[in-house]
Amino acid sequence: MIHSLFLINHTGDIFLEKHWKSVISRSVCDYFFEAKEKAEDPENVPPVLYTPHHYLVSIYRGKLFFLSVIQTEVSPLFVIEFLHRVADIFQDYFGECSEAVIKDNVVIVYALLEEMLDNGFPLATESNVLKEMIRPPTILRSVVNTLTGGSNVGDTLPAGQLSNIPWRRAGVKYTNNEAYFDVIEEIDAIVDKSGTTVFAEIQGVIEACVRLTGMPDLTLSFMNPRLLDDVSFHPCVRFKRWESERVLSFIPPDGNFRLMSYHVSSQNLVAIPVYVKQNISFLETGACGRLDITIGPKQTMGKMVEGLKVTIHMPKMVLSVNLTATQGTHTYDLTAKVLVWDVGKLNPQKLPNLRGSLSMQSGAPKPEDNPSINMDLKIQQLAISGLKVSRLDMHGEKYKPFKGVKYLTKAGKFQVRT
Amino acid sequence: MQEWANQLCESRQFGSKMTDSKYFTTTKKGEIFELKAELNSDKKEKKKEAVKKVIASMTVGKDVSALFPDVVNCMQTDNLELKKLVYLYLMNYAKSQPDMAIMAVNTFVKDCEDPNPLIRALAVRTMGCIRVDKITEYLCEPLRKCLKDEDPYVRKTAAVCVAKLHDINAQLVEDQGFLDTLKDLISDSNPMVVANAVAALSEIAESHPNSNLMDLNPQTINKLLTALNECTEWGQIFILDCLANYTPRDDRESQSICERVTPRLSHANSAVVLSAVKVLMKFMEMLPKDLDYYGTLLKKLAPPLVTLLSAEPELQYVALRNINLIVQRRPEILKHEMKVFFVKYNDPIYVKLEKLDIMIRLASQANIAQVLAELKEYATEVDVDFVRKAVRAIGRCAIKVEQSAERCVSTLLDLIQTKVNYVVQEAIVVIKDIFRKYPNKYESVIATLCENLDSLDEPEARAAMIWIVGEYAERIDNADELLESFLEGFHDESTQVQLQLLTAIVKLFLKKPTETQELVQQVLSLATQDSDNPDLRDRGYIYWRLLSTDPVAAKEVVLAEKPLISEETDLIEPTLLEELICHIGTLASVYHKPPSAFVEGSRGVQHKRLPGSTGLGESLESPDTGSAAGGSDAPPAVIPSQGDLLGDLLNLDLTPPATTGPPPPPTSGMQLGAMDLLGGGLDSLLGGDLGGSSAMGAGFGAAPAASPASFSAPVSGGLDDLFDLGGGVGMPMGAYNPPKTVWLPAMKGKGLEISGTFARRAGIIQMEMTLINKAMSVMTDFAIQFNRNSFGIAPAGPLQVLTPLSPNQTIEVALPLNTVGPVMKMDPLNNLQVAVKNNIDVFYFSCQYPISVLFVEDGKMERQVFLATWKDIPNDNESQFQIKDCHLNSDAASSKLQGSNIFTIAKRTVDGQDMLYQSMKLTNSIWVLAELRVQAGNPTYTISLKCRAPEVSQCVFQTYEAVLKN
Repeated sequence: MIHSLFLINHTGDIFLEKHWKSVISRSVCDYFFEAKEKAEDPENVPPVLYTPHHYLVSIYRGKLFFLSVIQTEVSPLFVIEFLHRVADIFQDYFGECSEAVIKDNVVIVYALLEEMLDNGFPLATESNVLKEMIRPPTILRSVVNTLTGGSNVGDTLPAGQLSNIPWRRAGVKYTNNEAYFDVIEEIDAIVDKSGTTVFAEIQGVIEACVRLTGMPDLTLSFMNPRLLDDVSFHPCVRFKRWESERVLSFIPPDGNFRLMSYHVSSQNLVAIPVYVKQNISFLETGACGRLDITIGPKQTMGKMVEGLKVTIHMPKMVLSVNLTATQGTHTYDLTAKVLVWDVGKLNPQKLPNLRGSLSMQSGAPKPEDNPSINMDLKIQQLAISGLKVSRLDMHGEKYKPFKGVKYLTKAGKFQVRT
Repeated sequence: MQEWANQLCESRQFGSKMTDSKYFTTTKKGEIFELKAELNSDKKEKKKEAVKKVIASMTVGKDVSALFPDVVNCMQTDNLELKKLVYLYLMNYAKSQPDMAIMAVNTFVKDCEDPNPLIRALAVRTMGCIRVDKITEYLCEPLRKCLKDEDPYVRKTAAVCVAKLHDINAQLVEDQGFLDTLKDLISDSNPMVVANAVAALSEIAESHPNSNLMDLNPQTINKLLTALNECTEWGQIFILDCLANYTPRDDRESQSICERVTPRLSHANSAVVLSAVKVLMKFMEMLPKDLDYYGTLLKKLAPPLVTLLSAEPELQYVALRNINLIVQRRPEILKHEMKVFFVKYNDPIYVKLEKLDIMIRLASQANIAQVLAELKEYATEVDVDFVRKAVRAIGRCAIKVEQSAERCVSTLLDLIQTKVNYVVQEAIVVIKDIFRKYPNKYESVIATLCENLDSLDEPEARAAMIWIVGEYAERIDNADELLESFLEGFHDESTQVQLQLLTAIVKLFLKKPTETQELVQQVLSLATQDSDNPDLRDRGYIYWRLLSTDPVAAKEVVLAEKPLISEETDLIEPTLLEELICHIGTLASVYHKPPSAFVEGSRGVQHKRLPGSTGLGESLESPDTGSAAGGSDAPPAVIPSQGDLLGDLLNLDLTPPATTGPPPPPTSGMQLGAMDLLGGGLDSLLGGDLGGSSAMGAGFGAAPAASPASFSAPVSGGLDDLFDLGGGVGMPMGAYNPPKTVWLPAMKGKGLEISGTFARRAGIIQMEMTLINKAMSVMTDFAIQFNRNSFGIAPAGPLQVLTPLSPNQTIEVALPLNTVGPVMKMDPLNNLQVAVKNNIDVFYFSCQYPISVLFVEDGKMERQVFLATWKDIPNDNESQFQIKDCHLNSDAASSKLQGSNIFTIAKRTVDGQDMLYQSMKLTNSIWVLAELRVQAGNPTYTISLKCRAPEVSQCVFQTYEAVLKN
């Protein structure tokens, strides 16, 4: 099972270590640093490494490496999932998952890690359960603790672990009972030069924020559940009910959680909301090139496309750009060679356009690689797959909760090739 | 938690702004005193505050160990928060203060009986974290109670505690019978307890590979399946991994397990999903293919695998490595999902490379156009490694999907036109392979290739280009000029290029002898006289001799038709693939190596096999299901079907893998003695050529198929063969006989020392002994007798010591043995108890004989019989071992083993790994079949033994080890 955890920042300093069994010297990380050196880019460090005596499984999140050391044959996915869970919990407790924040809250971090694993076996990984035992920091509490030398260790034990629904704590009470669901869909797509979609799929999630008193039993049903043929659920969802009736029936965790994620891949269901007409060319001779990009609406289902942003990774030899945009602002990062055009809202009457010239290193040959365009966009109140929630019912409690559903479509990995 | 403070000390470099970092100062004496006083205060409130302060100091790295007794005194409290804090303290300092820690034992014992289950659980959890030997003994009783606690939360915590204790003191855990209790917990009514018991047992089992800790039977399986639905995500992983070790009795059971596992495919935790996939992939093997459910299951597997690819990149990577195995085993699952493997611009490089690999595995006639368009796109990306791999991938597509070859070639030509240096070089390397796969089809592109000759600076690309020029010398007008241009910097080239250039020029010479005589002489002298590289020199001499002695033969050898490149060469060996499928989701599946190859201390790891058609399911399956590889539209021969597997293994001659393995020796009558270099023979070639060129042309076109020569195979391989002509197969070496060891020391034998060994000479087993008289008196009247033993070994005659043995005299005796004596199973199997009598006394000793003395001379099994027997022996009877530090190559090993009557029946080479199939027969007609895997450069051999009497395997393995290492 998981033996030790090292937290390493992107410059390669180990700033925290935790051992669940015996102590393993931090020199074991040298193998990792070697791989990191080789990979150049921190994102490219292979997640599973082999050393003569240990296996190193790592993830890269928030510019931090979470590196775990294992000694026996365990499932690497289990380790990776766990590490992401640790990062999620940090995020949940401290609002962000960064080196500074972890160092600021080192005592809580240790207490959390101690509760999350016992001898390398996962113990309490649900945020609800953890929060019962270890209180998240608040400004007031940290002041009090400083004065009294107090601790953040709660004086309760995780009662939730005794029940069959470990994700929910007992005795939840709210004055305002509310249940909100956000249906968020991301379009992953690759569009080729000519505008044909090479590949497109939708990654959808339903994020829930449930603050309900007692032990509510919820049922969420959809207008068109047939869309969903590839789903993964939060452990609270009763799979049998889904199989037989295509409804989500569950006793929710308290607070924010991801109820389900789904995946729509059949091409005909994936609408591409915008088109990009682009022409980026480099002259064979002479140190310049031309760029001309126009964006227009394609399948927006009558909604407004907002937050439109275009990111272009330029070939290395592009020194500077001289462009004019009809709308929004553009910047060119000289060191990273990234051109960002922040367009904003897409006005179908007046299509945004960016054009101008690119100047290149004199004498440099024509670039070997084509620049690639990445798109960002948002459409409010629309799930692009067409998924719609029809109703939410509650059993087991008597009060009437506030209910709400929001829809949002975003671009995920939306790439246009040139 | 232990060492917590130490860890924190190391984190001391934090800046001073940090909230917690203000604690990072050394403790002042006064502070400790103050705390001590507070801890001993009568007021409860004050006590509690003091403990909190101590803990806060400890957490941030101050040394507060001096307060140990005072803190432990506070342990007996009803206040839960206080208790937890004291426990934290204990875990941290117990190791440094073991004597003091004993003081805490009482409290643990007491807390384990607390009415609050949470306190009982906390106590048992903390107990296990105190890694102090002295304490562990005292904790057994409380742990035993907690394992049988009425509250599941306590039982669940106690289960993990057993694993902790086992880590500290394995013997203690076994002696106390905790393992049995843990096994009982598998049938617990609470799912969380079951999951933790399974997890603890799995971890313990890892350090005891052969112990049968997990006794899986249909009842426990049922319990596990019930628990699966109700336990946490992590528990589900443990249970699924455990389920995967079970072998169902029949297809019906298999199906019902699959049905109950399938819902796990929709879990949000990807580790649960992949573990479920493992169980399904394994149990699917047992389902009859015509079953509706089989098809349903296949369909259900695809979506979750696709979903894994939208997770975080690290998860994607592990998923992709596993998918790579799955598509090799069952390509039909993902054959319609090609698009999800398309590479995205911002994927990490390790994801990109894996996706590319899978794309090629899924490439088929139906989707090749799409794949090619993608690959071409990738070839213009930024990352050089990725671009190279993409170009190679195009070549692999051409070889895999014949219909696409033309399109692939034109794509490659387009890429060459980009003039991007590394793209051009990769393209040329793969075009060479395409030429080999489809000879005389695409040679029209040679002209384009030649244009890029100057830009090639990588050895592999240069070598490939030179090969092309040499191979098609007759179609390239200026082939001699081209090759000559390479010759100028001959000595600066890498060996690969030098060898290729040498061969190419010889080919050219044989095709156009008149114009290139000078060139060939130049290259031969460069290779033989100016080079220090033995490979190059030897190849040079061979060509030289060939050309000078028998030019016709030279032509036959050098210009022989080459075997076609067949199929993909990077597929995983089917037996290995089967094993890896059983290990889906584990490190082995990421590494693509069996756990035994890299998990430390797992010499005896049990090899997992898929339950296959050879097993119980056979009678249930339709006859054609032997081909477990599945669908008729699966690419042929990419995954040899299971039934054909062995046949395939044994038919080594039918499809020699591309570029591996030495070619059969040429049949021409080459005289090794003829040393006149470039003598009359060459002249006669030149002379005769003018008249007989047409004959020669015909000759080269129709080179005898019986003598395919290597064109670029590792030259040393070719050499061995050439020089092996006379010797035939290497001379069998004599049997290995272990050196004599002392059986009866003089001390025990009243002055008689006996050392000895066993040998098999000319079919007769002999016991060879040296008797030394170290006593003061003469010894006479020797006699010998054996106890009953496993193979009925008995003396075939009396012990021949005719003359009396005087003091300090030594005598050598050889006692012939037969195997017709009474039989009794011994432990170890090859143990032999001997009684030797002389005039002084009777002495008893026991010795062990190498089982190889029992291997009879007619132990070579027929191939067909071998194949059938191998299949017939149940997989349970197979055992696998490793032989470390063995530096023989497979041929040497084979002939060495033959000396001991271990016969090699067939040999097969895959991916540089030689697999020898061997048989041996014992005197009592027991056959032992073996598969020996030898990987060049890896001193560790793997051997699998199959025998109807599996108990002999261990002895046979020892023999292998002894023979190979000596």
